[in-house]
Amino acid sequence: MKRRDFLAAGALSAASLACRRKPEFPFQGELVGPDLALGHWLRGGAFPDPERFEPISVLVVGGGVAGLSAGWRLAGGGVDDFRVLELEVEPGGTSRSGRNHVGAFPWAAHYLPVPDRGNHAVLHLLDECGMLEGFDAKGEPVFAEEATVRAPEERIWAYGQWWEGLYLRAGASTEDERQYHAFFREVDHWAAFRDAKGRPAFSIPRSRCSDAPEATALDGLSFAAWLDQRGLTSPRLRWLLDYACRDDYGARLETTSAWAGLFYFAARKQGPGEDSRPLLTWPEGNGFLVNHLRRALGERLRCGVMATAIREEKDGILVTAWDHLNQRRVGWKAKHVIFAGPQHVARHVIEGFAAARPASTRIRNAPWMVANLTLRGRPKEPTFPLAWDNVLRDSEALGYVVATHQSLKDHGPTVLTWYRPFSGTDCDGERARLRALDWPACARLVMEDLRPAHPDLEGLVARLDVMRWGHAMVRPEPGLLWNPDVLALARPFGNIHFAHTELSGLALFEEAQDHGLRAAEEALAASGRRGQSWR
Amino acid sequence: MPEPPEQTPSTLKAPLLFISVLLIASCGLIYELVAGTLSSYLLGDSVMQFSTVIGVYLSAMGLGSYLSKFLQRGLARRFVDLELAVALVGGFSAPILFQAFAHTHAFRVVLYGVVAVVGTLVGLEIPILMRILKDQVRFKDLIAGVLTLDYMGALFASILFPLLFMPKLGLVRTSLLFGLLNAAVGLWSTRLLQSQLGPTRMIRLRCLAVMAILALGLAFAGKFTLALEEEVFADEIVYAKDSPYQRIVLTRGRGSFQLFLNGNLQFSSADEYRYHEALVHPAFAVKPDAKRVLICGGGDGLAVREVLKHPSVQEIVLVDLDPAMTDMARFQPMVRQLNGASLEDPRVKVVNADAMVWLQETSGPPFDLALVDFPDPNTYALGKLYTSRFYRLLQRRLTDDAMIAVQSTSPLMARQSFWCIAATMEAAGLKVKPYHLAVPSFGVWGFALASKRDFAIPTQVLPGLRHLSDEATAAMFAFPKDMDRVPTEVNRLDNQVLVHLYTREWRRWS
Repeated sequence: MKRRDFLAAGALSAASLACRRKPEFPFQGELVGPDLALGHWLRGGAFPDPERFEPISVLVVGGGVAGLSAGWRLAGGGVDDFRVLELEVEPGGTSRSGRNHVGAFPWAAHYLPVPDRGNHAVLHLLDECGMLEGFDAKGEPVFAEEATVRAPEERIWAYGQWWEGLYLRAGASTEDERQYHAFFREVDHWAAFRDAKGRPAFSIPRSRCSDAPEATALDGLSFAAWLDQRGLTSPRLRWLLDYACRDDYGARLETTSAWAGLFYFAARKQGPGEDSRPLLTWPEGNGFLVNHLRRALGERLRCGVMATAIREEKDGILVTAWDHLNQRRVGWKAKHVIFAGPQHVARHVIEGFAAARPASTRIRNAPWMVANLTLRGRPKEPTFPLAWDNVLRDSEALGYVVATHQSLKDHGPTVLTWYRPFSGTDCDGERARLRALDWPACARLVMEDLRPAHPDLEGLVARLDVMRWGHAMVRPEPGLLWNPDVLALARPFGNIHFAHTELSGLALFEEAQDHGLRAAEEALAASGRRGQSWR
Repeated sequence: MPEPPEQTPSTLKAPLLFISVLLIASCGLIYELVAGTLSSYLLGDSVMQFSTVIGVYLSAMGLGSYLSKFLQRGLARRFVDLELAVALVGGFSAPILFQAFAHTHAFRVVLYGVVAVVGTLVGLEIPILMRILKDQVRFKDLIAGVLTLDYMGALFASILFPLLFMPKLGLVRTSLLFGLLNAAVGLWSTRLLQSQLGPTRMIRLRCLAVMAILALGLAFAGKFTLALEEEVFADEIVYAKDSPYQRIVLTRGRGSFQLFLNGNLQFSSADEYRYHEALVHPAFAVKPDAKRVLICGGGDGLAVREVLKHPSVQEIVLVDLDPAMTDMARFQPMVRQLNGASLEDPRVKVVNADAMVWLQETSGPPFDLALVDFPDPNTYALGKLYTSRFYRLLQRRLTDDAMIAVQSTSPLMARQSFWCIAATMEAAGLKVKPYHLAVPSFGVWGFALASKRDFAIPTQVLPGLRHLSDEATAAMFAFPKDMDRVPTEVNRLDNQVLVHLYTREWRRWS
């Protein structure tokens, strides 16, 4: 070692000693999946074929809600000869959940509006899960009380205290109130709308929505522009609507189409003038439904397996994959493939896809950060008590949901699931920003966000774990949802069928399920098993 | 050591010193009010407490005035020292008294001691100030000015204390704040009396140090305060504990004792037998051979005492959230005597858990009889224990002919809440027969008797009870017109209508 090196090493170790001060937070945690490196490995290209291609009827690529639902439908249609491949070790995509000594908690999607009686697929699934108790005198479904969100549902932090509800009534002027009602009259108008074929303008899933021009024209302008046209300028109202866009779409009023903005409210109405449909939730959020689907698939679900190349040949589709858990190359020769992944992955993986479907580049995904805070006890609550959904008005984040709320535990340890969409206009820039955040930076973001409402939080946190979702949800930007080329992305590509929320432009459980069932039913029909549709 | 000149009239600022009279008079009265209020809170009987506190305080002021003649020289310096002493003792009077109550058995000694010390010090203030001013102001003007401002200050304090300081700051912060004001008067006096003080650097430093101590006290005021401060009890507190779940207080007076949870009366030893006989025995009258009994809530052990009167009972599982509550029922001598050490009976198993979570997450052999005795549904966390979901979970743990009795608030004072509970139990599939009786410390009180199967109103109860006879039992099931059934919604987890109904109805009575 030269003298200069020695001095440099000494200086370094002195510096590292100096840096070894008290840790910034009195708790630990980590950054957890999704596996960024593994996913991005795909971009490198050039994967040699495996030794053999195992013949199979249907191969589902992607084990999020769309892929799991496709598998569920295939099994229900009498097909046993299929596999669902999931790149992560846990299935469910953005409906994943986790569990620790406190209990289960969501890692992203965490509720479902109560389905109406026409939403057969969701009713079917909830019935299987034991959550559908029957139908009332009017024929509307009745759900298990333990699955409907327990009151108080939501509260908002503003002016230094918590208030019940999400719309801040405290301090609202008469003009604010007038505009609030004016907006919901517009929503009622659209909730009542039926086209010539009797279809509603807005319904869940969106495949039930009218394509009449008077409704789809709303997709041509931003939600912000639509509100401006109606003179709806109330800051409180616009805060509420912007919150809805951030919450469901990872976008802002300016980057959400008016169609999508109205969809959020009108599709959830039980009818004009009536309340929004109540929500169903579980301690683990939509992970409850994922876990049911996962059990239904059993061994046919293969996690930790990443499809690296999909190539259609005359006598079948060759799928090459990397089995990450066993560190080996695997292959299938499938009659049908259901590609239940995002379009940007399809461009890398499916031979000839990128050139044939240029519209696939139109889709943009918002990145999200989700943190799970495991608490030893509850923060002090001198004002409105802890609700299921707890929102801070003056924050870029969306607040947090409480995992123990639905499991009825009002005392002792709990898990708070904190959400923050990176909703800036430039998705790629936002993604780079999120990727650059290490654990301390993430923890700082969370704790600084919650400190005004919970000054005593730091001492209660036992762990803080963070999930960085690079491509969390598709953004329904103006002009996307009813663009014919984008709609055509849902059509089969040879014998490859597609299922994903991106094809709806709306990142909802019901959309993923609907596309999964459609794709599965396409494959079933092509193999001569056309039966009663589950949709 | 040469004394500074006693007076140099031209440099004293008499009008400003009159303002200090106003301030110190306000402070003096505040300490008196703090002591009077605090002792009323903790000991009850406010007439007695205020009378004795005022008496001790005024006589101590007399003592102070008398003692003032023994102070001869250096009056200005004495005055500043006096202000600092009042600031410390008066300012910390409320924290000292709260801590004395919580941690010693000699609260009254400390109370009158503090009152006497503060009174004496305050009694010294005015005579000394008058002597400082005597050569500068004519006697008749001096007397008129000082006494006018003294009484005016008292007026300010007595009006602002109940309207502003008590509601906004509470006792501890109010007393510390006025301590700070006293010390500020001391600091200010070092300027006003500079000509008589000589070098003032050390004196000012002392003033600043006292102010810093008081400010520190203000910053940590929350630590000194007992949550008791929020409540007013009519009687003397004999036991107080803040558990993680609730605030438990026992008070004693008028020949009985009472249990309060979060300020709400749970029982009075004078008439609790009426309540607990009504909770327990009608259910047993329908199901006299019950062997396994579940009690949800009821950590005071009083319902267990009644259950143990039935020889058929082999096992009692009592599920109460708060170990502090069941510990008190076991070890607090008054409560233990009242419940007959029921929780020590070998047939009793105590589980400290949220009853609803316990029902949801555990399983075991079914019960023949369940008694549901929760506090009234005034929060969401309690409201969930009255939902259709709760009654469904409960039924899963019962035999098909098991009987349930549920305490369900007052059908007179909270008529809709009472019938909401009955309607909710029916929605959960139970056959329900509500009943009521008079419990003087509560008023008219209601219960719901229920079972999965239809059953007849009981006509025979266990003989030898204090209140219930066969006739009285049957009579409880008749509802006069002003308490009769009203239509209500069902209390579900996702609407919690009962919490809203209950708070609205009881607001009219408080």
